[in-house]
Amino acid sequence: MSPRTMAEKVWDAHLVHRTDGEPDLLYIDLHLVHEVTSPQAFDGLRLAGRTVRRPDLTIATADHNVPTTALDLPIEDPISKKQLEVLTANCAEFGITCYNRGDENQGIVHVIGPELGLTQPGMTIVCGDSHTSTHGAFGALAFGIGTSEVEHVLATQSLPLIRPKTMAITVTGALRPGVTAKDLVLAIIGAIGTGGGIGYIVEYRGDAIANLSMEGRMTVCNMSIEAGARAGMIAPDATTIEYLRGKAHAPTGAAFDEAAAAWLAFATDEGATFDREVVIDASTVEPQVSWGTNPAQVAPISATVPDPEAIADPAERDAAARALSYMGLTAGMPIRSIDVQTVFIGSCTNSRIEDLRLAASVMEGRTVAEGRRVLVVPGSHRVKRQAEAEGLHEIFTAAGAEWREPGCSMCLAMNPDKLAPGERSASTSNRNFEGRQGRGGRTHLVSPAVAAATAILGHFATPEDLQ
Amino acid sequence: MKPVTILSGHAVPLQRSDVDTDQIIPSDWLKRVERTGFGAGLFSEWRDDRSFVLNDERFQGATILVAGPNFGTGSSREHAVWALLDYGFEAVISSRFADIFFSNCTKQGLLPVTVSPEVADTLLAAVAADPGLEITIDVARGTVEAPAIALSATFTLEPFTTERFVNGWDDIGLTLRHSDELTEFEQSRPAFLPSTR
Ligand code: SF4
Repeated sequence: MSPRTMAEKVWDAHLVHRTDGEPDLLYIDLHLVHEVTSPQAFDGLRLAGRTVRRPDLTIATADHNVPTTALDLPIEDPISKKQLEVLTANCAEFGITCYNRGDENQGIVHVIGPELGLTQPGMTIVCGDSHTSTHGAFGALAFGIGTSEVEHVLATQSLPLIRPKTMAITVTGALRPGVTAKDLVLAIIGAIGTGGGIGYIVEYRGDAIANLSMEGRMTVCNMSIEAGARAGMIAPDATTIEYLRGKAHAPTGAAFDEAAAAWLAFATDEGATFDREVVIDASTVEPQVSWGTNPAQVAPISATVPDPEAIADPAERDAAARALSYMGLTAGMPIRSIDVQTVFIGSCTNSRIEDLRLAASVMEGRTVAEGRRVLVVPGSHRVKRQAEAEGLHEIFTAAGAEWREPGCSMCLAMNPDKLAPGERSASTSNRNFEGRQGRGGRTHLVSPAVAAATAILGHFATPEDLQ
Repeated sequence: MKPVTILSGHAVPLQRSDVDTDQIIPSDWLKRVERTGFGAGLFSEWRDDRSFVLNDERFQGATILVAGPNFGTGSSREHAVWALLDYGFEAVISSRFADIFFSNCTKQGLLPVTVSPEVADTLLAAVAADPGLEITIDVARGTVEAPAIALSATFTLEPFTTERFVNGWDDIGLTLRHSDELTEFEQSRPAFLPSTR
């Protein structure tokens, strides 16, 4: 057989049916469900008198709407409350395990899949959520789908799909000290643009990728969608295998070794070709801060806000000018001089234990700048328990930050955690769209390290600036 | 979904690139558990601005949205498609669509028409100048025509997607033709794969 890429191998291993001129029918190994994109899909099943084909390959969690305040407080928004109740009722009716608010396994859907060991190499994983690309960090083919497709997977455990092209993003060399996976992925998006990955499955490779922890790999794959790619993947290796060992749903004993051997075999063959190749030198990447209203509008923290007049492409120039006006910024301002009112540390991009450890290490023994609001929202109850066992919550609260219950929270402001109009945030999330964190809110995407340093100084900063 | 063969109507010019799904339907609207009623939420934050193009009387009743490149970027929310359909749009024309949005359109019968950047720019300018400009889209032939400005362009969909539009096929029904193959595939899956139980 000719050499194949990882994406092609996973694709081929899940092919149920192929007819020329039609999409391939692919089997889906794991379907993740949450409250926002599923109610209409369950309704569709009921209308057609259909059942869920494989409830044992389906899992649901409440994440987008859940308040992150104390669990014993009621959910005040009646519409959010209803959506969560509808999820619980649908899962009960169709026999799907559901982790509700307060459940020890509950959390952001893309945080709990990996930590439960449900996300494994070589699998096909889908969810009605574009950041499903996160799971590609394990060498799974994982992508977001719409509600019609959610219904389709519930009914048939498969999806008709047109095979995307493949792109290799090779990150050579090593990241400089203090530069994180988040900075790397922001720099990649800045380089290839929000549309650069459209139509592709991206495989991230190279030394800088291989040296990332699983958490860092998840951060990179998470934001593939921000470059337009439907999926991002990283080859499984020893780091992947060690992460999965002992996880609740991972195989045990001899089955684990058998699985591990099968996982490694999914890596791209020597000599396989990609439809597009991009090379990035990791040593050139600095801590990043987004300045605009799409994630490609990003710059190194040492830079100044760009001048739209200097952008050659008319559509991009226009978009930059509109972004600066929305963001309340002027061309030429040093990024470090921009004041923020709120810092959000959380979301499926950066709410894992390693992210919280990094933020805590920066905030330890320091105090949040006067008048700033800082929210730390762990990605899951498991992350929260681990952080508390390590005393991280005490570091955050002593510094003046709020320690919250898990959920999507201010990443998309469907729950009460929102920015006010004109309020400016440094956020470890993944989208800086207009109004994403609350109507009129101004979002700057950053790493947990920059978020924590910014919380202390009140303007964009790196941990080195605190010295 | 209902069959879509030939669409004829007026258009609205949305002169913006990277129109993301958070703008098409803001997250407040995602709390609904129904599939209907999303039209009121379409571009709701932009619609507060009186000068926003959807508020322009001259474009009332338009069934085609012409937008800048990279339309529908962002989240997987199918609500964006429901909102466009519920508002009355039957087709969106752009030089580039985000993948998930494009796929969601094809599931719901909202026609995504990918044209060259030049054609998109020509249409944006022509519609802005003449809101009454008649545009005709023929799905089977893959053509976009505006005779008044002598514009005739082509677009492509996967042949299978074209057939789904023209015949109004339901994907689940199509897949269930392969039930036996699904069962057979399931029997060959490695035992170490996880179960959620
Ligand atoms: S944390 Fe944000 S991006 Fe991630 S699933 Fe939740 S809303 Fe989506």
